[in-house]
Amino acid sequence: MSISELEFQAKSVEDTPAQAIEGRSQWWLTWHRLRRDKLAVAAMIVIVLIALCAILAPVFSAITGHSPTAVYPNSGLAADGSPVGPGSLFWFGTDNLGHDLFVRVMYGTQISLFVGVVTTLIGTAAGVSIGLISGYFGGWVDGILARVVDSVLAFPYIILALSLAVVFGPSLTIVIAVISFFSWAGIARVVRGQTLSLKEKEYIEAARSLGSGPWRIMFIDIFPNLMAPVLVLATLNIPAAIVFEATLDYLGLGVQPPTSSWGNILAAAQSYYQQAWWFLVFPAVALVITTVAFNLLGDGVRDAMDPRTERVLAAGRGRRKRRRNLARPTGGPSAQYPDPPRQPSPGSA
Amino acid sequence: MALVRFLIRRILSGIVVLWLVSTLAFFLFFARNPAIVARALGGRQATSAILAEITRRLGLNQPILTQYWHFLDRTVHLNLGLSYYQGGEPVSTIVSQDLPRTASVLVGGVLIWLVVGLAVGILSATRARSLFDRSATVGVLIGLSFPTFVLGELLLLVVYLPLNEHGYHWIETGYASISTGFFNWMGYMILPWITLATVQAAVYTRLSRGSLLDTLGEDYVRTARAKGLTERRVVYRHALRGALTPVVSQLGIDVGTLLGGVVVVESVFGVGGLGQDAVQAISNGDLPTIIAFVLIASLFVVVANIIVDLVYAVLDPRVRIA
Repeated sequence: MSISELEFQAKSVEDTPAQAIEGRSQWWLTWHRLRRDKLAVAAMIVIVLIALCAILAPVFSAITGHSPTAVYPNSGLAADGSPVGPGSLFWFGTDNLGHDLFVRVMYGTQISLFVGVVTTLIGTAAGVSIGLISGYFGGWVDGILARVVDSVLAFPYIILALSLAVVFGPSLTIVIAVISFFSWAGIARVVRGQTLSLKEKEYIEAARSLGSGPWRIMFIDIFPNLMAPVLVLATLNIPAAIVFEATLDYLGLGVQPPTSSWGNILAAAQSYYQQAWWFLVFPAVALVITTVAFNLLGDGVRDAMDPRTERVLAAGRGRRKRRRNLARPTGGPSAQYPDPPRQPSPGSA
Repeated sequence: MALVRFLIRRILSGIVVLWLVSTLAFFLFFARNPAIVARALGGRQATSAILAEITRRLGLNQPILTQYWHFLDRTVHLNLGLSYYQGGEPVSTIVSQDLPRTASVLVGGVLIWLVVGLAVGILSATRARSLFDRSATVGVLIGLSFPTFVLGELLLLVVYLPLNEHGYHWIETGYASISTGFFNWMGYMILPWITLATVQAAVYTRLSRGSLLDTLGEDYVRTARAKGLTERRVVYRHALRGALTPVVSQLGIDVGTLLGGVVVVESVFGVGGLGQDAVQAISNGDLPTIIAFVLIASLFVVVANIIVDLVYAVLDPRVRIA
């Protein structure tokens, strides 16, 4: 076999997959797969509705004629001072002070979505930058940054969150700072790992030989290749941030009343759940619907971007088929053992 | 011998971590004006002379470095000091009262978390795409989406309240010592356990399912099948060992998350353990108590990580302890 023949074969092998995905970018494929995922589409619709609730909160306030911070001691509290149940006047009932719970839950949407999105943006930007720097420069820079990432991931976050909230006084800014601080490390770790392997690729060598500086290589050449895992991590970070925010509020260290957030409504509801189920149930349902929707969307995006998921499931199908075949007495043994697809090792991500 | 050297090194680095964390907590406390302690203790009508006297008695008027030296000296001699509140009770008394409560929450919670998480994960992976797997996936998603305190509050509403209204008083909130009877103790602890375990179990179901599915595609599993081993032996002896390593390494990271869960669970159910008192101490500015809780939490994280590394080495023969 001559060298040219070998080259020809190698070339044809390289060309085949390129033809298969001709004219379809990764984003097109992802979007196409995501659109077929009914759960993910449903989740997207729910998220749009939730965002509408947040935007339209003042409109709901105008329709009901109830301000989120005003108390209605005459119509909103029963004669013995207990909360009033859901009805035509107060759609979700009232809380212990006579606030309109419906309007407060709608306004709470604003806080949850705002904190979820803002902390994810900050955490992602920081995580990507630190991961790129750590992975690209390596050496002592990487040594220090990797240790910092490990410490942040292993630190009992609740202790730092509580201490900071107490030192600087509870406020929305502190909540955002604390959640952002704990959001970047996971993303940085993944980005660092990917950067380590990407920086050895030939096209990075080519960029360097064309005179690109390290920052250009990191953000123009390497970063676009990291978009898929970063997008998945960011989507899944939003529900985690929303839960974190609500938990800080619940412990009395986040957004303070009279500003309404789902966490502080639920904190107040804890003392009244025996008399007023609506006080607890409506904000809890709002919170859980939101986190379920974001988690579903995150899973959908991950499945759509990761062709490996389909292969894992195909392997499961193959194995079951094989087991059924084994149970049958007839059939050639060679046909019963197709090669299971090789999976990359789980630690690689 | 390698094991002894490993343990000595990890214990030494653990002590450094404890020192760093407690120092951080100490100076973080002084970043906030310690005068609020005197104001909280003196009450509204306290004159400035009384405030100064309280500050002097607590030693808060000394230079910070002097106070830091006293603190280090005390801590090295295993003296946790006196609480600023609760009539100056020794912190060690508070800790010894709280410790069994927190331990009760942790023991059952962690047990349910690991057993349910791993069992459901393994069953889902070996029956991928079955009805069981699909319902487990939905369950995991819902479990992941429930904030711990919301799950706790809803359990109070839909389990505790109706049961007690209908005269079944086994499930209670608060705490009863195990010495009042195992069954009684369980009645107090069952809801905190479920609450603490659910979110974590969901994470580990997902993790162990994915990891086992990956491992089942490895060549050595095919070899094991080709040798004619039973499916049970292939999964539980060969594949599971390899699949558990990433799960175990995640355990070390999740110890911190677990402590957060304990704080929330204790607050929801009024268990009155370390977590609930820590929140109290932090909002009061009770420095000796805060430092004690920080030390215990860090100690827990350090010890748990040493155990995780040991288990890791047992599971994966390629990992050497050194």
